[in-house]
Amino acid sequence: MTIFRMTMAAALALQLLACASQEIPDPDPLDSGMSDSSATTDEFDERDLGAGEEIPSDVDFYADGDLIMTIYFDFDQSEIRPDDQATLEQHANRLANDSGARVRLEGHADERGSREYNIGLGERRAQSVRRLLLIQGASAAQISTVSFGEERPAAFGSDEDSWALNRRVEIKYLN
Amino acid sequence: MGTSFFRVTLVIGLFVAGANNALAQLRIEITEGAGRRTPVAVVPFGWEGEASEAPYDIAAVIAADLQRSGRFAPIPERNMLQKPTRGVELDFDDWSVLGVEAVVLGRLTQTGGNAYSVQFQLFDVYRREQLVGYRMPASVGTMRSQAHRAADMIYEKLTGIPGVFGTRVAYVNATGSERNRLYSLIVSDIDGENENVIMESKDPIMSPAWSPDSRRLAYVSFEGNRSRIFVQTLRTGNRLEVSSRPGINGSPAFSPDGRKLVLTLGGADGNLDINVLDLSSRQFTRLTTNRAIDTEGSWSPDGNHIYFTSDRGGGPQVYRIAANGGSPQRVTFEGSYNARPRLSPDGKKLALVHLDRGNYRIAVMDLASSDLLVLSAGRQDESPSFAPNSDVLIYATRQGRNGVLETVSADGLIRQRLASGGGDVREPVWSPFPRY
Repeated sequence: MTIFRMTMAAALALQLLACASQEIPDPDPLDSGMSDSSATTDEFDERDLGAGEEIPSDVDFYADGDLIMTIYFDFDQSEIRPDDQATLEQHANRLANDSGARVRLEGHADERGSREYNIGLGERRAQSVRRLLLIQGASAAQISTVSFGEERPAAFGSDEDSWALNRRVEIKYLN
Repeated sequence: MGTSFFRVTLVIGLFVAGANNALAQLRIEITEGAGRRTPVAVVPFGWEGEASEAPYDIAAVIAADLQRSGRFAPIPERNMLQKPTRGVELDFDDWSVLGVEAVVLGRLTQTGGNAYSVQFQLFDVYRREQLVGYRMPASVGTMRSQAHRAADMIYEKLTGIPGVFGTRVAYVNATGSERNRLYSLIVSDIDGENENVIMESKDPIMSPAWSPDSRRLAYVSFEGNRSRIFVQTLRTGNRLEVSSRPGINGSPAFSPDGRKLVLTLGGADGNLDINVLDLSSRQFTRLTTNRAIDTEGSWSPDGNHIYFTSDRGGGPQVYRIAANGGSPQRVTFEGSYNARPRLSPDGKKLALVHLDRGNYRIAVMDLASSDLLVLSAGRQDESPSFAPNSDVLIYATRQGRNGVLETVSADGLIRQRLASGGGDVREPVWSPFPRY
């Protein structure tokens, strides 16, 4: 991985933290990345990672398969909520600026209804994220999609709260 | 002999739901028919061999099969006034006085080291005549299968419907913690015995489908975080990757001649369409081009049509297209959600997942009349699959957080739960008839 890409990832992570902190999954990849390194939290508070020199070369902010962000959807919907669009546009910009960066969009559905049709609903959600990234400058070769339908729930209850957490697209970073 | 995976609980007859009055009449008819279970007797089999006791209780397996069908009530052994093991010993009066309508009797004879002969006879008590008599070779390893085979013949003589006690079921089980799942593709006898793990993976396994000769299973695996379709030969465990296109590879189903698979491909742009894969030439033919979700393809038994789920009209409904292409026709119109169509092997009925007043339930549509009959009573029922005799279906329902399997007769009268020994069981598929 290049220094440049790590820097972009770090900057992206910070922006995500700033503008969509509720979307950062727990455990936060940013935190876990830093805790493995010699960097201190003070360095982060400076918000000065754009230049890239401050980051030790052995730190991976996103390891292969790390979750970058999760986007949630309304029942039977694949439209991206307005508050997620700005965050996604930043992802698209980063992808556009780093042609070596790759992401996998993993679409999911809630448990209701039939399983293969739910694969379709998950794919439709992943595709609507993909389209937005493409429109914003990412290239098709950087993005792969997979739909797990209802097969990999994030929440295991059979209630509206769980269903809302399961109707989602997870954006995963790929080395 | 494997341990029993299922605890079989019988839930007799009870439930037929209909959202409108047209079905209410049907409901009454069915409830009336539900009460009676024909009293029969399966006399303990005679034994001739080296050991003092028979190596296998054939009669117990036959009696359990008939009991489990929901249509028969085998009387307890202690009530029997005589225990004949040959037809000539049978005294019909001893059985008619008990109200027993049919008697099964037989013998197990050792003919070699591990060679046996199973013979049975079925008698009609009222007409005082033999309905069927049959002798089969057996080993210790095949005795259980031969007992099911006898039960199948007995059931067919008594009901006119071929028995399915000798069939198997394939299903997927998810075990382990919520964050560390293990998915297993399992094949067992339909009574839950002889459980075999066909494939295991930390990534989801979906949509198993039997080949018409029962020798292979097609399924979807997400190994490596992408979907692929495999065809695996049960006897050898060898598997062939048959579809690994970018995006979705899903919902495989064999054509009746076993030479083709209908499957769903998503492509890079994620537009799910019905495709047919010729397994020998490896040629894909795309059947639908709609921008909606087209998936869950299933062949008609004559191989001429493919039924599938599409939301081209808004919500998911069942459509039908000629197997060599053409324009699809909509098949379901009742309700806002009808998906996952499966044709009965006799071609007369269509099983589907139907949204019934807020609950996802199994329904059967009569193709001639378009009448829809809701068969299940859960909130989240899915994956209906017909038995090869078209008379019973198996599907998945919820029990707490886990999935369990249930069977229901196609008339809705008899429902049984196959309680699992653990795990989240889903996607049962009933095998074709065994080959004898």
